[in-house]
Amino acid sequence: MKLGANLIIGGALFLLAIVVGILAPWIAHTDPVMDANLMFAEEPPGREFWFGTDAQGRDIYSRVVHGARISLTVGVFAQLINTIIGTALGLSAGYWGGWWDDFVTGLTNLLLAIPSLIFALAIMAILGPGLTSLLIALGLTNWSFTCRLARASALSLKSQSYVQASKVLGYSHFRIMLTQLLPNMLGPLIVIGTLGMGGTILAEAALSFLGLGIRPPYPSWGSMLSEARDQITTAPWLSVFPGMAIFLTVLGLNLLGDGLRDILDPQSRSRRL
Amino acid sequence: MTLLAVENLRIDLASGDKRHVAVDEVSFEIARGETFGLVGESGCGKSITALAIMGLLQRPLMIGGGAIRLDGRAIQDLDQDELQRLRGKRLAMIFQEPMTALNPLLPVGRQIAEMFILHEGASWREAERRAIEVLARVRVPAPELRARDFPHQLSGGMRQRVMIAIALACSPDLLIADEPTTALDVTVQSEIIDLMRELCAANGTAILMISHDLGLVASMCRAVGVMYAGRLVEVRSSADVFKAPAHPYTRGLVASLPRLGSRAAVGQRRLQEISGVVPSIAGFPPGCRFNPRCERATDVCRTDEPAITSLAGGGFVRCHHHG
Repeated sequence: MKLGANLIIGGALFLLAIVVGILAPWIAHTDPVMDANLMFAEEPPGREFWFGTDAQGRDIYSRVVHGARISLTVGVFAQLINTIIGTALGLSAGYWGGWWDDFVTGLTNLLLAIPSLIFALAIMAILGPGLTSLLIALGLTNWSFTCRLARASALSLKSQSYVQASKVLGYSHFRIMLTQLLPNMLGPLIVIGTLGMGGTILAEAALSFLGLGIRPPYPSWGSMLSEARDQITTAPWLSVFPGMAIFLTVLGLNLLGDGLRDILDPQSRSRRL
Repeated sequence: MTLLAVENLRIDLASGDKRHVAVDEVSFEIARGETFGLVGESGCGKSITALAIMGLLQRPLMIGGGAIRLDGRAIQDLDQDELQRLRGKRLAMIFQEPMTALNPLLPVGRQIAEMFILHEGASWREAERRAIEVLARVRVPAPELRARDFPHQLSGGMRQRVMIAIALACSPDLLIADEPTTALDVTVQSEIIDLMRELCAANGTAILMISHDLGLVASMCRAVGVMYAGRLVEVRSSADVFKAPAHPYTRGLVASLPRLGSRAAVGQRRLQEISGVVPSIAGFPPGCRFNPRCERATDVCRTDEPAITSLAGGGFVRCHHHG
């Protein structure tokens, strides 16, 4: 199978972000929090400080590298929570129908009607800032699209004759959902999950930017942008590098999602032939 | 000994406030190891009768009356769990479309193995080993290799063999075959039929064969029930149905079969047809349901429903002018 350019470029960008996050303690030049040195405050990018320094003299390169850990942790795990909730609700709703379907559909519509960022803000306000609260806030507010997709797939799959056949063979409902429906809807779920991960990383950045996510002095790309706001004209490198990191990671995830769709969605594949 | 008894089965179709009767007064019995065929046109109710036996009728269809007994126990009285344990273990079914009746994402060996795990509590290793045995029994060549294949890698005939392997894995008491060979080539058809007959005879499995092909059913089954517009119009032994069909509809079906060496097959005469169309269940004609299409219809056929008449040599017919 020939891999598309989307998949290769997107996969490479996302992989780069992951590798940087994992290797952060070794490839960072300084400690991102402790090594403040006012002697080198607001140095522009140069040979010693690749991405420059901030008002406290902390190395921006080291902070961006460490920020990858938080952004990716939140992006991956919050999206995982979303995918699990959305799939479980959508799959069971599509399969069972009846009042459960009405209930789940209503809940999904309710969630879609509330801007998810505002909802996440409200949860953060109740739970207080921090990594766990971020995971909960972003993991509980973005599952509606996954849920709709899973429900629609379950509706179309449950009339397939192999699903009917497994009923005839004495499969329990749970077993039918797990062995017959879930594997056959995994393709589109992976695509929407990957695309949604980019959105989750952006949402984390937005929450941190608004001061409700990761609190300073710990670096997340969003909180770095937030701190850089006042110096955007005098020290643009403070916002450019974390911004670039967000941009490249989200771009990578979107390309990866498109690339995966080309492979996993038989319809878009046949269109290309 | 009677394995399955269908007694006066009625299946209703609810649409809005109205209730239509889709299947009515259907009664037949199948003994252990026996083969019984249900023949009829599309929409005459044979497939939903099969689904009712499996306990799988879904709204808007529902059992409106009568009873389906397996070993004397009415299956309507069983709860969902008991039914689920029956399906696959004691009752099995083969579908018309081997192309779509297998999960495209699982190797066929695993789909067979699942039956042993599900119904006999076998371990994975044990189930996989027995799956290969079953594949060998349905004469799939190189079963160890084929077990790892996905459905799309197999031909239609091979896939139907896999379906039979799955259905017969747990040696069920009754196999319902709903048009098992319609989607297959004629040459493959006879192989599949022979295979089914042989395996069921070896296991003592009874077969309920559903088809629109009277020739196929008669060659395979000891007895045949002919359905028309939701009712059984004739139940006879296969030999009698061919020799002396009693109901005009059965006669039409027999006459419309091309026979080797007949004038029609040689092309000297047109093959016979039954004119007209099947009535819709929303409005069956009064009297005998076949009367608008029947050559012998008289006034009594248009007003009175024919009663069941027993025939010499076993079986019955539902016609005012049988014979």
